[in-house]
Amino acid sequence: MSTLAGTLATGAAQGCEAGAGTRQPLLPLVLERAEARARGKLLIGPVDLTLGRSGFTIVMGPNGSGKTTLLRLMHGLQRLSAGTIRWNLPEPIARKRQAYVFQAPIMMRRSVLDSIAYPLLLRGTPRSEARARAADWAVRVGLGAALHRPAPVLSGGEKQKLALARALIGGPEILFLDEPCANLDGRATREIETILLDARAGGTRIVMATHDMGQARRLASEVLFLYGGRVHESGAAKGFFAAPETPEARAFMNGEIVE
Amino acid sequence: MDSILQGLGQAFWLIITFDPDLYEIIAMSLRVSLSAVLVASAIGLPLGAWLAVNRFRWRRTTIAVLNALMGLPPVVVGLFVYLLLSRSGPFGVLGLLFTPSAMIIAQVIIITPLIASISHQAIRDLWAEYHDLLISMNATRGQRIRALLWDGRRALLTATLAGFGRAIGEVGAIMIVGGSIEHSTRVLTTAIALETSKGNLEFALGLGVVLIALAVAVNMTIHGLSGTERAPAW
Repeated sequence: MSTLAGTLATGAAQGCEAGAGTRQPLLPLVLERAEARARGKLLIGPVDLTLGRSGFTIVMGPNGSGKTTLLRLMHGLQRLSAGTIRWNLPEPIARKRQAYVFQAPIMMRRSVLDSIAYPLLLRGTPRSEARARAADWAVRVGLGAALHRPAPVLSGGEKQKLALARALIGGPEILFLDEPCANLDGRATREIETILLDARAGGTRIVMATHDMGQARRLASEVLFLYGGRVHESGAAKGFFAAPETPEARAFMNGEIVE
Repeated sequence: MDSILQGLGQAFWLIITFDPDLYEIIAMSLRVSLSAVLVASAIGLPLGAWLAVNRFRWRRTTIAVLNALMGLPPVVVGLFVYLLLSRSGPFGVLGLLFTPSAMIIAQVIIITPLIASISHQAIRDLWAEYHDLLISMNATRGQRIRALLWDGRRALLTATLAGFGRAIGEVGAIMIVGGSIEHSTRVLTTAIALETSKGNLEFALGLGVVLIALAVAVNMTIHGLSGTERAPAW
């Protein structure tokens, strides 16, 4: 009986895909023995991991530990070489409900307004509506005064805010961020963190890589510590920051150089 | 030196007296070359973008061939189009030989590889920059190509202008398929060749000056209209 109800629910959710209200959730995301290779060389894996429905996951680890590759792998930018990655929804639908903010923001050669509106245009939103919503988002991230400036001439912090608005405008269920505050000063970092916490409060699942220990403590509800291409330690943020279980994580948290 | 000065004087005189023959020739030159650029851009720009975005088996070969075709000898193209359009050729029934249409066809064949190749290089660089973003945003193949063409429009303008430069200055192909018939298919380049062979050097030089001025004027007009070199950073 419960199976039948589940099937019906799935069918209904897929039937009214466009309607926002009661749709099938994207999460959890399950990785099983997932591996990524480049020219035969193992980049990360095997990774076993489950991302639940809500939370703010911080991905930490030394350089080259595979943080970026893991995020790209989950988002579908990195080819899976072995194992499985399973969303709660079929892959093509899942791809539409996520967004990614790159470490070095990619600026299209357009105005700020048109850059933020672009993801909506891709989905067939009428231009006037897309522009209006983009203007709204630009104000929310503090780019209200720069609407008609070309995106490539913005400062580093402004570019990162644009990238964030562009990622959030489509209302993603999960947002991946790859060190979005690297190279930013304290004020810009705080502004971006505020936007992220707002998004999280709005129901967006967030997975973010960072090197900034303070930022990790401020934002995380859950931590993934990567080491040598594997998830070395993971768990609730509170426990992890209070007492990391593995010696590598402990050394990393103490600011020692972990290789 | 004297003949050059005389030529410049003659050119100036032809222009300010609104010599009807001269303006007819200029109009024909512009009509043929601009039409050819329009058609070649409509084929070459999307082709260049498509080659930049897609990976397929013969991609490298296709690009190598395209680059080689940039140096296509116009007389050979002229001969080829002549054979196709002549009475006994496969398209002879259309009666296009020695018409402006024949000249446009020949020029399209000459400049399409040039436009496609230059736009391919520009789009390839832009694609390298945009790749992750457009994949992440789940853009379809058509959407990717449209975004690249639009955002790369200034580089593509350069490709188009290079095509125009080659078309307006081209003489071998349009001589063969157009015939340089007075009041019908005579353009600036073929007129210059004709006047030179007649020993009418001043007039030929005058036409040459007009031709160069025309090329500069068209380029500057297009640059002015598109705002190139004015907008910052791209």
